Amino acid sequence: MLLEVTLSGVTLGGMYALVAMGLTLQYGVARIMNLSYGELLIAAAFAAFWFYSGLSLSPLLGLIVVPPLAFAASYAIYRYLLQPLVRRAKTRDQLEVDSILATFGLLFVIQGVMLALFGGAYYSYSFLSVPLQFAGAIVAANRLLALVLAVVIGLGLFLGLTRTRLGTAVRAVAVDPVAAQLVAIDVRTASALAFALGGALVAASGVLVSMFLTFNANLGVVFTLKALIVVIMGGVGNLLGALIAGLILGLTENYVATFIDPGLTLAATYAIFLIVLLVRPQGLLGRADR
Amino acid sequence: MMRLTLRALAVLAAAAIAATPAVAQDKVKIGYAISKTGPNAGGASITQIPNYEMWVKDVNAKGGLMIGGKRVPIEVVEYDDRSNSEEAVRAVERLVTQDKVDLLFPPWGTGLNLAVGPVFNKYGYPQLAFSAVTDRAPELVKRWPNSFWLLGTSKQYIDSLVGLLTKLRTEGKIGPNIAMISIADGFGIDLSQAARKGFTDAGFKLAYDKSYPIGTQDLSPLIGEASRSGADTFVAFSYPPDTMALTEQSKVASYAPKVMFLGVGVGFPMYTQRFGANAEGIMSLGGWSKDNASTLAYEKKHVEMFKRGPDRWGSQIGYSSLQMLEQAIERVGKIDRAAIIKELQTGTFDTVLGKVKLVDNMMKDNFWLIGQWQDGFFVGVAPQRAGVGTVVVPKPAWRP
Repeated sequence: MLLEVTLSGVTLGGMYALVAMGLTLQYGVARIMNLSYGELLIAAAFAAFWFYSGLSLSPLLGLIVVPPLAFAASYAIYRYLLQPLVRRAKTRDQLEVDSILATFGLLFVIQGVMLALFGGAYYSYSFLSVPLQFAGAIVAANRLLALVLAVVIGLGLFLGLTRTRLGTAVRAVAVDPVAAQLVAIDVRTASALAFALGGALVAASGVLVSMFLTFNANLGVVFTLKALIVVIMGGVGNLLGALIAGLILGLTENYVATFIDPGLTLAATYAIFLIVLLVRPQGLLGRADR
Repeated sequence: MMRLTLRALAVLAAAAIAATPAVAQDKVKIGYAISKTGPNAGGASITQIPNYEMWVKDVNAKGGLMIGGKRVPIEVVEYDDRSNSEEAVRAVERLVTQDKVDLLFPPWGTGLNLAVGPVFNKYGYPQLAFSAVTDRAPELVKRWPNSFWLLGTSKQYIDSLVGLLTKLRTEGKIGPNIAMISIADGFGIDLSQAARKGFTDAGFKLAYDKSYPIGTQDLSPLIGEASRSGADTFVAFSYPPDTMALTEQSKVASYAPKVMFLGVGVGFPMYTQRFGANAEGIMSLGGWSKDNASTLAYEKKHVEMFKRGPDRWGSQIGYSSLQMLEQAIERVGKIDRAAIIKELQTGTFDTVLGKVKLVDNMMKDNFWLIGQWQDGFFVGVAPQRAGVGTVVVPKPAWRP
């Protein structure tokens, strides 16, 4: 039973982590607090749904097609909507306020388009909902896939960011965009890439999540909030931190639901969030000096 | 003399104003505020909005409502209440005072219908709520005689469910233990409270009884605990996303209680679309009569217009309420809201549900309270009265 709960907690946590990784890039590196983040996730979920029921194609194909499209769309959004804000912002705080306002507007644009296309009704389909056995415990294949992808992406990007030249440049921008320019790093390109990569990640998580969650055009904000908690808890801009924070939240939720009371899962989640903020305001793996 | 003339003028003017609508009624303006965005939008756009659109289209296709010997087309004013009760109240006020609508349609859900109740009452508009379940309905009808609570009370549903389960227990088909979970929100709280009392009074034991917060994305811990409780009846008062997740995760966990009763969403078209044969044996609120031809015609029309079927719980009741409104208006012959309310209270109406006569502003025995998916049809299996379907227990095993 403990194994079963742990397994389901880890898969749930993996999903949280996956959902949060794109935001940590967008917020941590590109310094855009993207409030329309969840809407992009839902848009990707609709795309996967359309792949599955409209075109009768596997949503896994959506996993190959949708993220590059989201990458391009996010790049364009950054380039044409957000870069003017970056350029005119004198301080980081000002950029934060401006980007929140701009992406708040974007939220309604994306949501409005989805409402026009799909209406407010719930959508859902079954894919890979087959049980897999692990030492007597059962886990759904689609949820496990989300976890595996979260780990692969998390570790992959972590290595990419720490071991490659471009990754180092991106991290330098995350630490100090002004100083990064002094060592000939193209801050604009690095930020745009990070933002676009975040968009691709959230699209991937949207495709995966659509395989087991029921969604509608209004559900984006739920994911934005969850992602924000994970991002802040893990340390803004830190992919590994997001992975760890996601797993902690997932495990806590399912342990509390099983051993204490399912009614207390939200309370437990926020209690942990508060404790982390009190003890390590910069997040689990965040740097204190920022 | 002067004063007399003035008074006469005033009387004339008043008469003229009173007479104007009857003379110049070239359209009937109907307004509604409904959740097009926000957490209620999912339910509203499956159960409610299609009914409004379908009825307006149907009536206008005939040329409009038959008022005073001629057809008067309907014009619609629609607002989004953003699933917010203050916004809903404001929008209804605006519909009455600024848009000057002749009639109002109700918003979606128990909470919003209660919120706008005082406004409907203040201006004397009939409120035909069909997506609200509240035990306060009988008391509300006394306070707001213009309000109609067609979907019934929590107690009615629980009485039917308890009656059905008691019958199954007496037949030896299920044991005395029940595992119950409920969403920590209006619907779940109301129904689980009523159920807790109903089950205990009937001699059932709640082996597991927990609520979970709205937006819970993994229900496997609850399914695990319900399974370990040893109860062979599983009851969940859930919302659509959880209803879908509960079915899927129960299937993955091979959790197979003999009775599986789930909340809102089981009657939605997406449910059978997603689960197909695995919906077989699942019970929920609502239910249709297999032999009712008008029900089937309604479904066909719904599918043609919206490319998806109606909700097997509230949709038919909603369309019936609009048919009742239409007949009440035509019988009264003018937009006299007090008279329309009176007609709704006392008249008998032809609807897709069959003949409907309200008792204390509520439906009585016009629709099934508990239904079960059997061969792709959501059959009404309770309460026990003529025409009731036979319940299938145990629920068939999950198919891969």
